[in-house]
Amino acid sequence: MIAAVESVGLGKRFGRRWALRDCTVTIPAGEVVGLVGPNGAGKTTLLHLAVGLLAPSVGTIRVLGGRPGSGQAQISKVGFVAQDAPVYGHLSVADHLRMGEYPNPSWDRALAEGRIRQLGLDPRQRAGSLSGGQRAQLALVLAVAKRPELLVLDEPLASLDPLARREFLQGLMEVVASQGVSVVLSSHQVADLERVCDYLIVLADSRVRLAGEVPDLLAEHVRLSGPRRDPSSLPSDQTVIEAGHTDKQSVMLVRTRQPVLDPAWTAMSVTLEDLVLAYLKTPEPSEASTRPRLEVAR
Amino acid sequence: MIRLAALQFRAQALVAGIGLVVLAIVLAVTGPHLVHLYDATVAACGAGGDCASARSAFLQTDHALRLALSVLMVVVPGLIGLFWGAPLVAREFETGTYRLAWTQVHHSRWLVVELGLVGLASMAVAGLMSLMVTWWASPIDSAKHAIYASFEQRNLVPIGYAVAAFALGVLIGVLVRRVIPAILLTLVGFVALQLLFLNFVRPNLLPPSHQTTAITRESAMKGDWSYGSSTGLLGTSGPSTLIPPPPAIRNAWVYSTRLVDRSGAPLTPSALAQACPLLGAGSSGSGGGAGIGGGETRVRSTNGAALEDCVTKIGATYHELVTYQPARHYWPLQWTELAIYLALAVGLGGCGVWAVRRRLA
Repeated sequence: MIAAVESVGLGKRFGRRWALRDCTVTIPAGEVVGLVGPNGAGKTTLLHLAVGLLAPSVGTIRVLGGRPGSGQAQISKVGFVAQDAPVYGHLSVADHLRMGEYPNPSWDRALAEGRIRQLGLDPRQRAGSLSGGQRAQLALVLAVAKRPELLVLDEPLASLDPLARREFLQGLMEVVASQGVSVVLSSHQVADLERVCDYLIVLADSRVRLAGEVPDLLAEHVRLSGPRRDPSSLPSDQTVIEAGHTDKQSVMLVRTRQPVLDPAWTAMSVTLEDLVLAYLKTPEPSEASTRPRLEVAR
Repeated sequence: MIRLAALQFRAQALVAGIGLVVLAIVLAVTGPHLVHLYDATVAACGAGGDCASARSAFLQTDHALRLALSVLMVVVPGLIGLFWGAPLVAREFETGTYRLAWTQVHHSRWLVVELGLVGLASMAVAGLMSLMVTWWASPIDSAKHAIYASFEQRNLVPIGYAVAAFALGVLIGVLVRRVIPAILLTLVGFVALQLLFLNFVRPNLLPPSHQTTAITRESAMKGDWSYGSSTGLLGTSGPSTLIPPPPAIRNAWVYSTRLVDRSGAPLTPSALAQACPLLGAGSSGSGGGAGIGGGETRVRSTNGAALEDCVTKIGATYHELVTYQPARHYWPLQWTELAIYLALAVGLGGCGVWAVRRRLA
């Protein structure tokens, strides 16, 4: 199966500053993928490279098997909602729909007009007078009405109030459900992603720190608390992501595919937000290979 | 795609259209009167009238409107560069709407169509304006006998200026990506381009003609001879010398009027001082002005007779050499200049497309 986005050693430099460096990531198709990371992690740069708004300085990126920005066919296959949902203030909502319709042969006029009606937008209204939430919705309509194979959304929720955020995600989920489109959605707010994403990628300093199906990630991570001990004394199939200690107690976030057998620990499940924050806090993944394995004694 | 470009351009097109209509009305109202007046005074003077005074009287009519039209013809191509060219891409970057436009339409296609449509509109606006003004001013131009004086405001060349200014603005907008700096840089760039062309390119497009005139006692008495120095491009004054009166060649663009001997050597200050030792003494004042191409500072001698003597004496060895572009070169120069500016516009536009491509793909 062709990945939605696949990059190898991808880097983008503006002058002497690297906005994205040595980024190797595979974003699967057919899923709603959340891309999380702190500000400046390179999310926007990566997404701009994916939709052909930037050319890579080094490395390669393929989107749906094609080179981004290679031609109108590639443009038509990928819908994009840019950060802050830019629109032409002096043009009307209907003008914006025409702007999407003229160049895209796959444009679905009924879908576009239907969604505008559903949103309660007046086609004659100037886009400059729309609220932030309405602008984001218009941008989403423009991106989905060309019936793309991949929908890329760059921080679509950042500037929306909680109600608008909820409505936007609802609109997005309707589209995903009815069109079966692949989605890549970036955000620095994990709570928003938790409700909609099947797959999560954590990006920090251009590097992929964590990638996987959301249910698997939640199942594989566990928070352990118990008497104080050195993290390096844990069995080798348990990777310590984050550890905190008091005089007597230790609390650790651990990744493991095995059940936790040590009776000294109390194991608790974690939320996606805890998980992401733990990964972003620790600079480098801990090495597990040198530590002893804990075996079941028979 | 053309419809898409038209969608974004219609507001500017409307402004330009209104401007052209207003201009057409003003010129249509005032134009016939000018033609009538020309027929009644200048054209009629051939039958025994005083043609010189009829012409100078006619050239005083509609002075304010003529000045306004001159300003318009010089300024409008620049304005097209500043307000259609510079913001075309710069505004997309500044407001971030390029992220919307270029993920709906491939950027090369978008840019080529925008350049084509707005570029053609620039040419149409400048062309129509030039056509109207050239028609309106034709009685004045034919009375003035100085077609080169309004060379850049008539006929074909304004079309080239407008489209070159537009393309320059687009390229600067692509490189600077901010509207106000792009507008300012386009202004500076276009003025510099025009000055460079006026001073260094246009004079060398076609080889000039020469006319030699012997200096006699009659010509010394008749003409408006003076003694002074010509001012160069940067305000530098050359050595004082004898300046012949402006040559009376109809519709000529005079490069220079010099005094040379039979071998072609110019009159040197020492030779002049030797022939006329009294010249320059007791000078009464200076006048004249410096234009773009340089001017002259004239120092008239109080003693007209001394000047006459001097000119006659110099005339024995020296003659007057006028270097000029004749009237028959007017249209070849118009076409050549238009072609150069069109090529420049295509080149600048191409650079703009290339610069966007380099950034994006």
